[in-house]
Order: sequence, then structure tokens, then C-alpha cells
Amino acid sequence: MEWLSLVERWVHFLAGITWIGLLYYFNLVQAPAMAAANADQGGPGGAGITKYVLPRALLWFRWAALVTWLAGAALLGERFGSAFALQGQDAIIGMGAWLGTIMLLNVWGVIWPNQKKVLGLKPADDAAKAKARRTAFLASRVNTVLSIPMLLFMGASSHGMALFS
Amino acid sequence: MKNPLDSIWGTIISGLVLTAVLAVVVAGLV
Repeated sequence: MEWLSLVERWVHFLAGITWIGLLYYFNLVQAPAMAAANADQGGPGGAGITKYVLPRALLWFRWAALVTWLAGAALLGERFGSAFALQGQDAIIGMGAWLGTIMLLNVWGVIWPNQKKVLGLKPADDAAKAKARRTAFLASRVNTVLSIPMLLFMGASSHGMALFS
Repeated sequence: MKNPLDSIWGTIISGLVLTAVLAVVVAGLV
């Protein structure tokens, strides 16, 4: 069943790159672009980004996050328990798995519910929208912070184990 | 005090610091 493991790893990488790529897009490109657009008096503003780009980016973002986690869980297979229990050598991939799991919960439990208010998919007045925008922004920044060690531990489980022994 | 997460460099540095802390934790577990 080596082919199955390869397919799981492939899907994990494809979905993971889509997820984290969009996370970095939000943090490195969209957030500063929106700030610049809002500060640009007389400019076109950021409404077009919110209306046309954000819903599509969030669609791929949240589903890629789920697919990444499911493919990662499948890939762990019998090591799932020992990884999440941070036992022995599996503590390395386990730390990555814990960070990825917290990030997934952040996407579906904090970022997406708040972005629904920003997008107008959930009723909210202007004050609630502003609060939701700030909460989603900070949750997205927290996920960016967590992604840095997460990627190290994911990579270190196959390459660089010696660093931890 | 300004929230480090409001700046992209504050976010990246926070991630690097967390990486160092967690690497020490994991090294203790392996």
C-alpha cells in the first residue's frame, strides 16, 4: 500500500500549499493592500477586493485546510495516537500535527465565522463588522505565527531528525 | 504596548521565537 501513502502525502502537500499559500497571501498582500486602499483618499478603495477576491480566497482557504488535515491524519495512520501523545520520535511530527490542528480549528471556529459577518453572509451592524474584521485579522496573524514552527516540525520529521536527538 | 501581530515583522519574529521554544520542548521529549 505504498502507493496509497504516496497519494496521501501528495494530497497533503497540494492542499497544504493551497492553504498556507492563501494564509500568506492574506497576511503579506491583502491586509496591507486593504490598509493602503482605505488610506488612499480619492482612490478606488478596497471594496472590490472584499466583494470579488475575499470570498473566493476564503472558499479555497477553508476547504484546503480541512483536506490538508484529513490527508495528514490518513498519512499518520498507526502513528496518529503516538504523534498526538508526543511520544518518542513521533513527538516531532506530533508537534507539527498539534499546531496544524490548532490552525484548522482557528480557520473554521474563528476566522470563517467572523469573515461571514465581514462578507455580509451573517447579519451584523457596522460595529459588529469592525469587531469581526479585527478578530479575524488577529486569528489569521496567530495562524501565521503557528505556521512557522508547524512547517519546521513537518519537515523535520523526515529531514533533520538529528536536530532533536 | 503595541501588539506585535499588527506588524508583519512582529508576526514573523513571534513565529521564530515560538519555533525556538517548541524545538527545546520537542528535543526534551524525543
